[in-house]
Amino acid sequence: MESKKTLPGTPIAGAEWDNEVYSFRKHSVQLRYAWDAGSAVSGFLEGLKEGRILGRRCNRCMRVLVPPRAFCERCFRSTDEWVEVKDTGKINTYSVSYVNNDASRRDKPLIVAVIEIDEASPGMGFLHVLGEVEPSKVHVDMKVKAVWKPRDERVGAITDIKYFKPLEV
Amino acid sequence: MRRVAVVGAGMTLFRHRMLETGKEMAFEASRMALDQAGLDIKDVDSVVLGSAPDAFDGVHMKGEYLLDGAGGTCKPYTRVYVGGGTGVFVPIAAWWQVASGVADIVLVVGEEKMSPLLPHPQYAFWSIFDPILERPLGVTLLWIFSLEMRRYMHVYNVKEEDIALVAVKNKRNALDHPAAQLAANITVDDVLKSEPICWPVKRLDVSPTSDGAAAVVLASEDVARRITDDPVWITGVGWNVDSTYWTNRDLCYPEYLEKAANMAYRMAHISDPKKEIDFAEVYDPFDYKELHHMEGLQLARRGEAPKLTREGVTQRDGDLPINPSGGLLGVGNPIAAAGMMKIAEVFWQLRGEAGKRQVKKPVRRGLAQAWGDLMQVGTVVIMER
Repeated sequence: MESKKTLPGTPIAGAEWDNEVYSFRKHSVQLRYAWDAGSAVSGFLEGLKEGRILGRRCNRCMRVLVPPRAFCERCFRSTDEWVEVKDTGKINTYSVSYVNNDASRRDKPLIVAVIEIDEASPGMGFLHVLGEVEPSKVHVDMKVKAVWKPRDERVGAITDIKYFKPLEV
Repeated sequence: MRRVAVVGAGMTLFRHRMLETGKEMAFEASRMALDQAGLDIKDVDSVVLGSAPDAFDGVHMKGEYLLDGAGGTCKPYTRVYVGGGTGVFVPIAAWWQVASGVADIVLVVGEEKMSPLLPHPQYAFWSIFDPILERPLGVTLLWIFSLEMRRYMHVYNVKEEDIALVAVKNKRNALDHPAAQLAANITVDDVLKSEPICWPVKRLDVSPTSDGAAAVVLASEDVARRITDDPVWITGVGWNVDSTYWTNRDLCYPEYLEKAANMAYRMAHISDPKKEIDFAEVYDPFDYKELHHMEGLQLARRGEAPKLTREGVTQRDGDLPINPSGGLLGVGNPIAAAGMMKIAEVFWQLRGEAGKRQVKKPVRRGLAQAWGDLMQVGTVVIMER
């Protein structure tokens, strides 16, 4: 490889790209989708609408699965029953996002976290955002509680929980 | 199972944006690999191609789109895909064919052209998340890696400055790589003071998005002995995929990678990888991932990789060189091509052909590894002289 001093490829510099000095074609496409929530997550979303967090129990491994699923992927059998769990939990991990999903900068940083939900099996939780707290005050294992949208604004979506806030003052 | 050799390797430059199409890049890397092996396309029995999400190119049959450039026309041709783990999975899928006797010579190609997607390739990754429970939160790919990095730091009490040492090392190693996109002499302070993107991830903790291609040629023992005095043998392969319910797993340790590595170690009769692996190219799209992966590969005990890095063990002249190529942080990260770059680097290092990048100690056995999707895929290849 070393004998070959120059590898193939023609880099395009930023200025060349900006000035459109080579041939290309631009196109935008809009794709629209409607995703079915499925038998388990539909129940979860109904629960959120009522201000409750629901899991599914597998009666073989006895795990309470949150987010719920129709089947236990470990035992590979259908789950058995709905279990209401608390709307509190602890922070498993968190980070502070300064970017949007197209890599543009956010106006204001957003704290995101994986929340282990109380009364679900250990380590079980989901992704959400934190509010009513400064980034520097957040820590792993911090106790948090869901802050719900008002009942009449809840539509059966993960965003029916506005954010989680610290339980401790 | 038949023995399988690597007999040639090739790659293009890695750059943010290249004039060449994906097909043209695949051709250049493939031609170079065939030339090094002294083979022509008519000698090739079968072709395996790896390329990551179709959304980068906006072409929804990317395997077929790239076919002609990868030399696959009118041959048994397959595209394989396991997210960021693809680059090291392509040679595994090719190995099946030679080891089983289905083919004697297989061309293995990794290609990625990320630049077409506007405004930024990052946007395509939005669609790997759960559409009901995660996308409505505005999730970005950087969230999950910063969450994993933070969890790793918490459980093993790892400091940001220890993690930054990986970026410093790899970008410096890349100064000697002719394909490198982001080679640089930087300091730990530069990394710590670089702009926060998704804290604890900062600008210099992350590899770039890239266009590029890399290829190798695999051959059966009979063919390899005939065409080269210097074959490199694939002696172990392993792969493993953990649950997509990533918020139900402890992200501090990659169990799936341990399983993939153990599969490869068993095949290669390795019982003490830390002693028996001479050097490794581990997947480093973020600097903390090099440490995380060293531990999953059991090249370091859990939480021990930062210490080995601080002590210089992982430098090119250290006892266990890690990413002598410069890795994804320095050479660039055209996803499937980046993993294949690691395969090519192990091949060149084992043949003593890595030039200024050649590790100091004599090497007989190297390992390449890749990782991807929702922090759930581990792919491992072990190669020996």
